Amino acid sequence: MVAILAAVQEGAEGVVATSGNWATEHAWLIPVLPFVAFFLILAVGKRMPRKGSEIGILTVAASFFLSLIILIGDYVGGGGPVVEHAIEWFPFAGTFDLDLGMKIDGLVAVMFVVVTLVSLMVQIYSTAYMHGDKRYTWYFAALNLFTFSMLNLVIADNLIQLLIGWEGVGICSYLLIGHWWEEHENSSAAIKAFITTRTGDVAFLVGIFVLFAAADTFNITEIIHKVEEGEISHATLTAAALLLFGGAIGKSAQFPLHVWLPDAMAGPTPVSALIHAATMVTAGVFLLARLFPVFEASTQALNFVALIGAFTMLMAALLALIQDDIKRVLAYSTISQLAYMMAALGVGAGNAAIFHLFTHAFFKALLFLGAGSLIHAVHSNNMSEMGGLKRVMPTTYKTFMIGSLALAGIPPLAGFWSKDEILTEAYRFGTGAVDPHGTQVVALIVYIAGILTAFLTAFYMSRAVHLTFEGTYRGKGHPHESPPAMTGPLVILAVLSVVAGFAGIPGWQSGFGAWVGVGGETHVPSADFVLILVSVAVAVGGIALGRRMYMPAPAREPLERMGFFYRLLQRKYYLDDLYWVAIVRPIRDLFSRAMNWVNQNVIDGLVNGTAAGARVSAQGIYKYVDQKVIDGAVNGAGISTRKTGGLLKYLQGGDVQRYAAYLFAGVAIFAFLFTRFG
Amino acid sequence: METFDTWSLSLVVFLPLVGALLITVVPKAQEAAVRAVALVASGGSLVVSIVVLARFDFDNTRTFQFIVDKSWIETIGARYHMAIDGISLPLLVLTTLLVFLCVVYSTKIMPEPHRPKGFFALILLLATGMSGTFTSLDLVLFFVFWELVLVPMYFLIAIWGSERKEYSALKFFLYTLFGSVFMLLGFLAMYFRSRHPVTGAHTFDMIALQGQTFGSKAFVNLVFAGLFLGFAIKVPMWPFHTWLPDAHGDAPTVGSVLLAGILLKMGTYGFIRIALPLLPDAARDWAPYIGALSVVAILYGALCCLAQKDIKRLIAFSSVGHMGFIMLGISTLTDTGLNAAIFGMVAHGVITGMLFFLAGSIYERFHTRQIDQIGPGMMQVMPYLGGILAFSAIASLGLPGLAGFWGEVLSLLAAFNPAEGLNVGLFRTYMVLGGVGTILTAGYMLWLVQRLNLGKASEKHVGEKLPDVRPVELAAWTPLLIAIFALGVYPRAVLEITNSAVTGLTGLFG
Amino acid sequence: MNLAWVLTLGALLFSIGIYGVISRRNAVLVLMSIELMLNAVNINLIAFGSYFGDQAAVGQIFALFVIAVAAGEVGIGLAIVLMIFRNRETVNLDEVDLLKW
Repeated sequence: MVAILAAVQEGAEGVVATSGNWATEHAWLIPVLPFVAFFLILAVGKRMPRKGSEIGILTVAASFFLSLIILIGDYVGGGGPVVEHAIEWFPFAGTFDLDLGMKIDGLVAVMFVVVTLVSLMVQIYSTAYMHGDKRYTWYFAALNLFTFSMLNLVIADNLIQLLIGWEGVGICSYLLIGHWWEEHENSSAAIKAFITTRTGDVAFLVGIFVLFAAADTFNITEIIHKVEEGEISHATLTAAALLLFGGAIGKSAQFPLHVWLPDAMAGPTPVSALIHAATMVTAGVFLLARLFPVFEASTQALNFVALIGAFTMLMAALLALIQDDIKRVLAYSTISQLAYMMAALGVGAGNAAIFHLFTHAFFKALLFLGAGSLIHAVHSNNMSEMGGLKRVMPTTYKTFMIGSLALAGIPPLAGFWSKDEILTEAYRFGTGAVDPHGTQVVALIVYIAGILTAFLTAFYMSRAVHLTFEGTYRGKGHPHESPPAMTGPLVILAVLSVVAGFAGIPGWQSGFGAWVGVGGETHVPSADFVLILVSVAVAVGGIALGRRMYMPAPAREPLERMGFFYRLLQRKYYLDDLYWVAIVRPIRDLFSRAMNWVNQNVIDGLVNGTAAGARVSAQGIYKYVDQKVIDGAVNGAGISTRKTGGLLKYLQGGDVQRYAAYLFAGVAIFAFLFTRFG
Repeated sequence: METFDTWSLSLVVFLPLVGALLITVVPKAQEAAVRAVALVASGGSLVVSIVVLARFDFDNTRTFQFIVDKSWIETIGARYHMAIDGISLPLLVLTTLLVFLCVVYSTKIMPEPHRPKGFFALILLLATGMSGTFTSLDLVLFFVFWELVLVPMYFLIAIWGSERKEYSALKFFLYTLFGSVFMLLGFLAMYFRSRHPVTGAHTFDMIALQGQTFGSKAFVNLVFAGLFLGFAIKVPMWPFHTWLPDAHGDAPTVGSVLLAGILLKMGTYGFIRIALPLLPDAARDWAPYIGALSVVAILYGALCCLAQKDIKRLIAFSSVGHMGFIMLGISTLTDTGLNAAIFGMVAHGVITGMLFFLAGSIYERFHTRQIDQIGPGMMQVMPYLGGILAFSAIASLGLPGLAGFWGEVLSLLAAFNPAEGLNVGLFRTYMVLGGVGTILTAGYMLWLVQRLNLGKASEKHVGEKLPDVRPVELAAWTPLLIAIFALGVYPRAVLEITNSAVTGLTGLFG
Repeated sequence: MNLAWVLTLGALLFSIGIYGVISRRNAVLVLMSIELMLNAVNINLIAFGSYFGDQAAVGQIFALFVIAVAAGEVGIGLAIVLMIFRNRETVNLDEVDLLKW
């Protein structure tokens, strides 16, 4: 470890640009700290007074402060430097060099803050939520490993390093979803999450290869440089962009690979807050933003991203309407909001997407942790067993309320500003007010889908809030407010959910857009009051409708009246069933068994058949060729000798006179021969 | 030191043989002495190989080092020619390490029947054969070592194996022997068409054979076919793999470890050391077909894994898939591909070796290899064993940061950009299919972990008070676990050794 | 004296002996025929001896040897015949096939 640290420090020579900020120069510490923490917790965690949680909290807090210093010191207000350092990881003489490096810019700085802050909040929260868990120490170790992987993904200056982080967060997600692996469902959900995202990752990997083949490097800066110089053909870029987006579809749970995220709610709720709301699932969005020039170069790719986003946001929002499990409501909401970001990227509004990522991380983490607080209190995920909790859990209620309003897009909360920026951008591109990056009509579709989704979002959040907090308690036992270790993070996140949006107030030219500058774009659209009015009206309408329908809590779910459509939503559009019936089952149970049958009977049968054939023919050869022909010849020699002997013996009749006669005859013959020819 | 440099490889190779001979004269009752001899012989071999590693000139991994070249069988010009370069060095060290760990493991955990004398003697004999294969530069010498391996492995399986052990042992022996006959024919064909650059006589020397024209294109392709059959069965490539699950399944633990860890690499090593450099043109003709078979192996191995109910057979089939990635790398005939292949060989050696150790220890505790009888919930009963199993399984599915990743991803990268003259579209198709294979690999590995480790343990196992990881197991496994992690974060350790040597080789392919 | 005449005599005598050996059934007569053959040889020996001017009289000496051997031969032969007669009550050679296979 020390050696690696020293090597990292030593290698800080290949400087591209520098920053006077010590923290920025040493940003590699941010991922390294949780990495060290992971090993420390594994090694000594169980012997620590707080079972290792303090190690994780302290290191992540340190990382968080470093991140904050970097963001505030260098990037707030815009115009921050791009700091790149790398050490050679391993060279492939003649082919390529792979580096371990860091590339710090505003986007990364923002991601650092998001990841470390949410991770810190979640870890503090978990000390209470996971209290008494039998794998408490391991849980914190895994959280830190996840934090490291995510930060490594963010900091990476090359695609291979990014891929390592990318897969690392995947496996940590697997480990944490399956944290309570005694239940079969949980481990199945974990596997589903990993395999589904890995499916996207194959496309991602191919995408990396395509870029590598074209640019001859894995380095992100160099790739982007070559893209901007126009050295890579349009077709290649389109292919690369679409393939990379395949990875993002998996990681960020976009249609059609979104199916894992709701199941991933099987994990502990703080894990859902960290991994499946604020950080890992945003990796896809981050990837697109990081490689935005690659996408920008291809209209087709951008359109595809936008359309997938537009479709997914509606599809997921509809699914969120009918969920009873509060975590699943939030999970579908997450898919929907991630689709918002994707769609924003697809229309070319990279800054807006990252802004939404930024605000969403806070209020969605807040909502998940709030849901965790509820679950902790009532020991059930189902909203049908909640109700009336606003009196017994005031802090949870207030913070959850803030989160919901932020998500619904009510000004001046954070979600409003970011969502509105996306809608504004989409509208402006869609109406041709500004030259669109993609196709104009696509941007318009995104705007319409966005408005509809905003309405649905407000509605299902209103439904969730009313079902849980209003009315009378329908569950068992006597719920009470959670301990301060849980409410503390809620309050902090609630404050952030209020203020985070001000970073990107419309028209502030050195605001959030200038900090991150996705794709070199720092422009921030000024407010369009008509659009604001529309989106606010939609949000308020959604909330009001929710209040009307679920206040007081209806005995039967009113949406059931939708009939077939309700069933369709209940079956998740039959997509899970389709995958199960058409892909998983056939491969796992049918195809594999068929293959195994082929293996055992055909291929191995051939081998065994050859062996058996060899044995049979050997027996045949022995029986017929060897015993009859070859040994027959040997025996034949004996037999024929005996037979001839038997015949010749008659010459020897015992008649001496005949012998003599023969003798003389012989002599006479020889005498004749000698005299005649001799 | 010069003497050392000349004879160090012989020491590595023959020290175990001396140990084996010594064991045969130790009285049967002196089990401790038998173990001590085995430990000293294999440990000594390991130490010498590490000294070799330390004295190796890493700036010239392309040139052969530690050369010994003495006259051996003069009448046919076969020589006692041994040396190592960057390609064989990692494999040699892997061999001595794994053998030593197997001996350590066996000092305490011995399969039935309890006959330590024969057991250790055979392992040591095996070690001589394996390290000899990786060091010899003379085709006859190579062949002798290659065949030497069969005998001890046959007896290890046939005596100490389980279930259908006689069948499996015989199948292993005959199948590989069948292949090596054709390989020998190939060797002879090259011999009789060769001319030593200095003496002008026929030669078996691998270096002297390089760059010779053995005859018409058809003839050379035929020779390659002979070599291919010999090596492909050993690898094993699809569809010559069916001896593997049987042999692996029924072999004793250390037998499986050495079989998977090292024996299989002899096949891939043969391709890299003999088939490619000696017959480059034929290799280019054959590459698309080899690539196709590799991809089939990847997908097919993964699918068969999903259907297995027996833990050792499952790991054996996973080997088929992983060796598919290695062969895919070789078939691209590029630097990247061959580096990937050698890295994959080392990584597969430590990871699958580790998995077989685990399978053996599980079998020893539960007395069954059926997954559904061991699981679910093994991790509840034995948290550390379960944890190590999960770690190894995750390493095996190619997670970045662990050893399995680099071999796979570099081999796929190589397939994306195969050598000049190969059909790019075809190899890219292979690459995509190989990528799909990684999904399936993740699927069966995680499913295995779920079925074995996770869930609630049955009452029966909870009551049995099964021992968790024992000291001797920890001792034998720790180096492998460290290697899995270290190779993952510092792949340079292997790639730097292999790269230059590999570049020299791929120079033949333009 | 012409050598040819003497040799012809020897040859005739020898032929008569052969005839006797082959055709006679009585063992004693066979023995006598053998004597005839031996004597034919003796005649030849002596004839060659005188013809080539044999100073050392080797031919004649050989003839004496042959006569001596012939005497022995007849002695043994007659003894065998006698034994056969005693055992079988016959000297008919057709009935004596001791050398049969």
